[in-house]
Amino acid sequence: MTTTKRAFLQGIRDSLPFIVVVAPFAMLFGVVATEAGLSPLQTFGFSVAVIAGAAQFAAVQLMADNAPLLIIVATALAVNLRMAMYSASIAPYLRGVPFWQRAFMSYVLVDQSYAQGLLKYETEPDLSPQARVAYFFGTMMLNIPLWYGGTLVGALLGSRIPQDYALDFAVPITFLALVGPMLKTAAHVAAAFTSVLLTLVLAFLPYNLGLMVAALVAMMVGAQVELMVERRRA
Amino acid sequence: MMMSDAEIWTVIVLVALGTYLIRFSFIGLIGDRDLPAWVLRHLRYTPVAVLPGLVAPLVLWPEATGGNPDLPRLMAAAVTVLLGVKFKNLLLAIFGGGATLFVMLQVMA
Repeated sequence: MTTTKRAFLQGIRDSLPFIVVVAPFAMLFGVVATEAGLSPLQTFGFSVAVIAGAAQFAAVQLMADNAPLLIIVATALAVNLRMAMYSASIAPYLRGVPFWQRAFMSYVLVDQSYAQGLLKYETEPDLSPQARVAYFFGTMMLNIPLWYGGTLVGALLGSRIPQDYALDFAVPITFLALVGPMLKTAAHVAAAFTSVLLTLVLAFLPYNLGLMVAALVAMMVGAQVELMVERRRA
Repeated sequence: MMMSDAEIWTVIVLVALGTYLIRFSFIGLIGDRDLPAWVLRHLRYTPVAVLPGLVAPLVLWPEATGGNPDLPRLMAAAVTVLLGVKFKNLLLAIFGGGATLFVMLQVMA
C-alpha cells in the first residue's frame, strides 16, 4: 500500500469516534430548520453549501426571529471566524500542495478535520504533502456524507411534524451543548459571561445589534484575560 | 418566519460564500504568513463570544411562554451546560437537557 493510501485510511479510522455525533446533529438541524420555515431543499442546500453546524443553527434562529438579512449573515459569519485561525494554522503544512487541492480542502475545513489534521501534522512532521492531503480528506470521508444525509432525513421528518411542536427549545439546548465543552479556560469563561450579560443588557437595541456589540467586547475580554493569565504565569 | 424564498436562498448563498472565503483565506490566498499574535488571540474567542449571547435571551425569555422566564427551560439550560462542561460530550448534553425539559414540563403541567 502506498503511504498516501495508508494516510487516507488512517484519516478515516481516526474519524470514527466522531462520526457518532454527526448524523444525529445533522438530523436535528434538518428538523429545526424545517420547523423554522425552511423547505427541505433549502435546509439540505444550507448543509451542503456551508457545512458548519453552529453557524447554520444561528442563522436559522435569527431567520425565525425575523432579524434583518445582513444581521443574519454577519452573525453566522462571526460564528465561523474561528476558521480563519484554523486556515492560518494549517497553511504552513500545505506547502507544495496544488492549488486546486487546497481549494477543495478549504471546503471541508471544519472543527474536526482541523483538529485531527493538525494533530497528525504535528506528530508526524515527515509526512509528504500528498499524504497530508490524503489524511485530511480521510477525516471527512464519512463525516460529509453523514452530514448531508442526516440533514436530509431530518428535513423530511421535520416537514411532517406540525410547526410549533415543542421544538422551540431545541436550538437553545443545542447551542448550550456546543458552548459547554468550549469553556476550557478562565478566558473562555470570561468571554462567555461577557457575551451573555451584554446581550441581555443591550437587548433593547434594534436589529440584534446588541449581540454584535456583545460579541466584539466578549472577544476582547477573552483576549485580555488570556494575556493577564499568561503574565501571571511568567 | 416572514422571509421569502428568495431571501432565504440569499442568506444561504452569502453565508456559504463568506464561510468559504474565511476557510480559504490562509490555505489558498494569503499563504503561510504568520498572523499577529493579537489577532489570533481574538479569533480564539469568537465562538464563545457569539453563541452564549445568541442563546441567553432565548433561555431567559422563551417565546413559547410569551417571553416569561420559565423554570423547566431554565433547568434544562443549566443541565445542558453542566453536562457539556463536565463530560465534553455534545450529544450527552443535548439529550440530558432535552430529557430535563421533557420531565420538568410533565411535572409542572
